[in-house]
Amino acid sequence: MIKDFEYLAPKTLKDALTLLDKYKDEDHKVIAGGQSLLVLMRQGLVAPQYLIDIKGISELSYIKSDAKEGLKIGALTTHRAVEKSPVMKNGYSVLSEMEKRLASVQTRNWGTIGGNICHGDPAGDPAPVLIALNATLKVAGLKAERTVPAEDFTLDYFETALEPGELLVEIQVPSPRPRTGTAYSKFNIIESDMATVSAAVSVTLKSDNKTCDDVRIVLGAAAPTPRRAKKAEAVLRGKEVTDSLLKEAGNVASTEAEPLSDIAASAEYRQELVKVMVARIGREALARAKKA
Amino acid sequence: MKHELKFTLNGQPYEIYIKPKTLLVEVLRDELGFTGTKRGCSSSSCGACTVMLNGASVKSCSILALQANGAEVVTVEGLAKGAELHPLQKAFLDHGAFQCGFCTAGMLMSARGLFEENATPDVMTIKEAIDGNICRCTGYNSIVRALTAVSKGEYKEES
Repeated sequence: MIKDFEYLAPKTLKDALTLLDKYKDEDHKVIAGGQSLLVLMRQGLVAPQYLIDIKGISELSYIKSDAKEGLKIGALTTHRAVEKSPVMKNGYSVLSEMEKRLASVQTRNWGTIGGNICHGDPAGDPAPVLIALNATLKVAGLKAERTVPAEDFTLDYFETALEPGELLVEIQVPSPRPRTGTAYSKFNIIESDMATVSAAVSVTLKSDNKTCDDVRIVLGAAAPTPRRAKKAEAVLRGKEVTDSLLKEAGNVASTEAEPLSDIAASAEYRQELVKVMVARIGREALARAKKA
Repeated sequence: MKHELKFTLNGQPYEIYIKPKTLLVEVLRDELGFTGTKRGCSSSSCGACTVMLNGASVKSCSILALQANGAEVVTVEGLAKGAELHPLQKAFLDHGAFQCGFCTAGMLMSARGLFEENATPDVMTIKEAIDGNICRCTGYNSIVRALTAVSKGEYKEES
């Protein structure tokens, strides 16, 4: 049963930031699509006194891309809009593929990419991909704006770098470098479910099209936050990427994971999954880099 | 404090006053008596509560009703025109696409969302489109057969 709250629905970003500033010391919560939050509210895990509904702020729903600036996605863009946007074909198709795996059509039609990120669930789909793509998050407060690298945004389970009074307003993804391939996948039993373990890998090759110039390996649902497996990245960087090296990277990534046991899988099982997922998704990212 | 909710339901305007915590499914079923929409898991998993909101399928158990302010909502009651069933409903009947029927309203509304986007989906696309709808009787095959028949043009949509 959801507890009663006072409901505020600003229609512009400015109004929203003004309200957030006013209520920042009160017991409040921001709702966008609410596809995660309402579940917690129904369970009584979250019971704010004030609920600030930003879903109606249309100025935060957009997708823009150009070769120099890269991709910009407004925080209130729905998952479905990202999934279906033709803009994703300009080097960001992994975002579209990720969205297609996120929950169900109905949830994607209403839920927003920014809401998902701010929920801070380590099993969320967008964050690992955005970290692999070296994305930056633009955050606004009433008086100032700042940017946070996507990999520094989630601090702990369901805890983000947002300060009271701040809103996530935009996701910025740089244009992919030449010879870069990025892939994402998750293991789950039911297609529309959360990840048991997920991984996103981005590989950039040197001009010989064989040697790894740079790599980012990001694990989802394998630690308190989406986490880069930096030791595993070091296994690949500067080397010719082979199947056996990818397998080694997977084994190393597994030592960097700190998963929990829950209804979907034990911690040990998740650690095994990390090995397999990193090697498998790394192979796909490598194949894409060779063709990019 | 109660807030005003103005929206269009199956083409009819409604104006009611509700507590902010009221979910869309509660407005539809409990306030307005449109009980075709089912309340299943109440946790965004089963899809029995699927309705169309501004032309897109959504789970009405997981949306605050006030977020539908100004919107157009279509429930399963809005599919048939008088006594004339919607092509999707005819296809479901002809293919026996229900056992207990509890998932049917949600399945129909997800299917409606699919066909608004893509008039000729293949079987895989059909399966993906209903992956947010659970049929506890596991009668998926007949549902997929019904939707495949619609996709092949056997049930013409008279708009």
